Amino acid sequence: METDLGLWVIPLAIIGGAIRVSTPFLFVSLGEALTERSGRINLGLEGTLVFGAMSGYAAAYLTGSPWLGVFAAAISGAMFGLLHGLICSLPKVNDIAVGIAMMILGMGLAFYFGKPFVQPVAPNLPSIGFGWWSDVPQVRAALQVNVLFLIGAVLAVAMWWMFRSTRVGLIVRVVGDSTDAARAMGLRPALVRICATAVGGAFAGVGGAYLSLYYPGSWNEGISSGQGLMAVALVIFARWNPLACFGAALLFGGAGALGPTLQSVGVSEGYYLFFAAPYVLTLGVLIVTSSPTRAMTGAPGELSITK
Amino acid sequence: MRVSSPSLPATVARPLLGRAAVARRAEAVVIPVGALLVGFAIFSVFLLLQGKSPTEFLSLVYRAGFGTAFSWQNTLSRAAPLLLAALCVALPARLGLVVIGGEGAIVLGGVGAGAAAVMLAGTPAALALPLMLVCAMVIGAVWIGAVGALRHFRGVNETIASLLMAYIAIALMNHLVEGPLRDPASLNKPSTAPLDDALRIGNLPGWDVHWGLAFGVVCCVLAWVLIEKTTWGFAARIAGGNVRAAQVQGLPVGWLIVGFTALGGAFAGMAGFFEVAAVHGSANASLAGGYGYTGILIAFLARHNPLAIIPVAVLLAGFEASSGLVQRRMDLPDATVLVLQGFVFLAILISDTLFGRFKFFAPERWSTRDGN
Amino acid sequence: MSIPPFSRRRFLSGTAALAGATAMPQLAFADGHAPLSVGFIYVGPKDDFGYNQAHAEGAAAVKAMEGVTVVEEENVAETIDVQKSMESMINFDETKLLFPTSFGYFDPHVLETAPKHPDVRFQHAAGLWSEGMPTNVGSYFGYIGMGQYLNGITAGHATTTKKIGFVAAKPIPQVLLNINSFLLGARQVDPEITCQVIFTGEWSLAVKEAEATNALADAGCDVITCHVDGPKVVMETAAGRDAYVCGYHANQSPLAPEKYLTGAEWNWAGVYTGMVQTVLDGGTIDNFVRGGLADGFIKMSPLGPAVSDASRAQFEATKAQIMAGGFAAIKGPLNDNSGNVIAAAGEGFAEDDIALESMDYLVEGVIGSTS
Repeated sequence: METDLGLWVIPLAIIGGAIRVSTPFLFVSLGEALTERSGRINLGLEGTLVFGAMSGYAAAYLTGSPWLGVFAAAISGAMFGLLHGLICSLPKVNDIAVGIAMMILGMGLAFYFGKPFVQPVAPNLPSIGFGWWSDVPQVRAALQVNVLFLIGAVLAVAMWWMFRSTRVGLIVRVVGDSTDAARAMGLRPALVRICATAVGGAFAGVGGAYLSLYYPGSWNEGISSGQGLMAVALVIFARWNPLACFGAALLFGGAGALGPTLQSVGVSEGYYLFFAAPYVLTLGVLIVTSSPTRAMTGAPGELSITK
Repeated sequence: MRVSSPSLPATVARPLLGRAAVARRAEAVVIPVGALLVGFAIFSVFLLLQGKSPTEFLSLVYRAGFGTAFSWQNTLSRAAPLLLAALCVALPARLGLVVIGGEGAIVLGGVGAGAAAVMLAGTPAALALPLMLVCAMVIGAVWIGAVGALRHFRGVNETIASLLMAYIAIALMNHLVEGPLRDPASLNKPSTAPLDDALRIGNLPGWDVHWGLAFGVVCCVLAWVLIEKTTWGFAARIAGGNVRAAQVQGLPVGWLIVGFTALGGAFAGMAGFFEVAAVHGSANASLAGGYGYTGILIAFLARHNPLAIIPVAVLLAGFEASSGLVQRRMDLPDATVLVLQGFVFLAILISDTLFGRFKFFAPERWSTRDGN
Repeated sequence: MSIPPFSRRRFLSGTAALAGATAMPQLAFADGHAPLSVGFIYVGPKDDFGYNQAHAEGAAAVKAMEGVTVVEEENVAETIDVQKSMESMINFDETKLLFPTSFGYFDPHVLETAPKHPDVRFQHAAGLWSEGMPTNVGSYFGYIGMGQYLNGITAGHATTTKKIGFVAAKPIPQVLLNINSFLLGARQVDPEITCQVIFTGEWSLAVKEAEATNALADAGCDVITCHVDGPKVVMETAAGRDAYVCGYHANQSPLAPEKYLTGAEWNWAGVYTGMVQTVLDGGTIDNFVRGGLADGFIKMSPLGPAVSDASRAQFEATKAQIMAGGFAAIKGPLNDNSGNVIAAAGEGFAEDDIALESMDYLVEGVIGSTS
């Protein structure tokens, strides 16, 4: 059945882990990158992710179609984003605090309405096997790539291109960099930010659907364990660049696979410290790449978190 | 990272006197309380849509959170760690920093207290307890102070750094209590060695609430005095408003940042100490109880005012204290209280937009009458 | 149906305390006695396909008894929360019999709350009550390691790679006993079989459990079981990797009908109804209760379609031996996986040997370490 791969199992597991685990991080961080580029921060995407996981699973179970589940998750995520965007458009309202309250509301509603869907089994999202060239079962398993991962990768490139060379991207960036300049250009900053937050919420909802409909592939209250919050942090790490978000998500997912795999090849002591590897690695990179003298490159000027 | 403090410019610029000051204070109470009621109203509609009775719900929340002596003790026991956890957010926020990793200082402070107790075995409690407390506070101060130092001296974003460090702290705690610090006798719940009875902190006299509550309240008051009544606090508020202006005036911004983050971390470490000495009796994985994260919400709702943290923390603890009775009597899921919190806190945060909108509270209206 | 042994006076004081309570579902008996209020507290959601669900199924059986009201609370943390939840039940629901079901509730939370309420009985799952602890506290648990031993027999027959896998939460005695029993069961079929263990470090962490399961599959394990609070993710992920699975805590066969061999399940319904009946009858429950397959504390899931006839025969034969009592899964000659002697030839630890409850080793053939 399985082939004995020796230590080759480690890089393979990191690649496999990166592909399996990174997708929710990718979608949430892309959504947050869009929102933050428009000058708002939405810390509530953890709640959106969890609600997306629940609504996606519920819709997939009720309709029998996982894709309708993804759609439902996107819609509900957009609703949460819209609410956040509208509230934060009121003067004097603090976007960070509203995000935290939205996180609680999202998780509360997801757990409240999610009770009846813990037990049923919903259909899972399909994946594509890119390991057909190999007859090693572990390679085939590692290269089972979910369609949402591919969509997320395309989305990252599309967003990168959008920010660089499209009118929509320019509008979002101008609004994010200076409200006054945007007004002077005849733009409506509040409207742009509301839209950016709503679309960002939809992305986070899709990330949640990946959790419940593919990996680990079931709905329960412990499904997320802080991935939405971490993904928001990864956006700062990725300097608001969608391509870097993709890289950060892969890095984080791959590093997360390190702990279990090292145990499987006999490095079994101090596993908690290996489990902390993604966090240590991210912090290390952050310390090395930051600078006390220059402001963070790519930081939107209107963002409360970096002013 | 900057946090706007809406009421700041006015109070810094010109202290209000007499009735004008009363009017501003009244505004600061009336608007959030009104928002609280609106939040309850929205939640009531939610319950009605579920076919449940809002009046029954509210009476249960009142009864289990605030209605009896036991309810108060339940609520206040839960509020104790939240007060200190919220200070870990509110103090750095005065300098414009958003620190969300207080959980890390709580768990490591707890481990520090537990480890100190082991090392101080045989020492009289009068000496050992303060040393444990100091150990927990120093660890917390170093952990969060490092976030401030990374921010100032390396330009590392403190929000992400503190979050990452919270996850690292929890991993470290698990490693220590299941590895080097594990008491072999702690069979199915890996822990540090149990504290001597002499090192266990009891309850406030006549109450079933541990001393952590009193310490938490005192720390909130001290933090308020520090911010509002000292030159350090004044300097921090200036730096929080505008770093360049503060530097031009020769303020030691770097030391302020490190000092305020470290102080916040010390308070969080103190929360860890009380969890070990008053609740668990040893350090173990139960230290990661999420108080650090609840503290973020409390600090933001209190607008980083240490005195306002006290009522907000009590309110939130009261909601949590009532969760069980609501589950049992109304057959509602345990997440119901989370939904209530979400609605109420959103309403309170939205109400921030109303400040200054009501002429009734405007200081000018009252100042003129004072002839001020 | 017998009447709860409550004194008239206690009932009156109870109703006085309840004055002002809203819509309390109080079923009073014709002669004025209140039903016995029994409280269950769970550390996680009660439909987790695992530890908490097993207890909740027991609570559901109690609910069906006459003269009893059941109150429940889920997702109660092992902090001051559980102390206050227990006291809230005592204060507001007149609860006289409490089942705080998570191990972590025991010390200090149950031990410190019990002396404050001497008229309430605290029945704690998995704890180790000993002389000197409050007498209104009781500990009960089952020899579920025997179930993992039987799991191991079906695993030993099903594996072709001679490598089986175990996803474990933490290296504590209960978990170590299950890992060791699983391997030793499999080694009854083929002494060459090894068992790879991966610790996740948490009782409930979905993504890490899935990653651990994938790592086991990558390492060549083709039968996988687990000891985490909710085995759902492990079962589904392992079956997705084409590995056979053995269940734990509750029956998970609906999650992987083709790949499910059997499972070690708790059977709390019988245990709980028995304990509640004892209290209703005015008796006292022993402070330290343990039981196994023969006592109805645990049970095995029905064997799945992939279990061969040879496997079934050995499974049934071993099960009969266990039912006869005094069975020792851990018996000599046996070394741990770093070469220390655990038991010499002829020695053994029967299922009810209290020494098993402080196990701190993994036996020879288990790949992994305890720290």
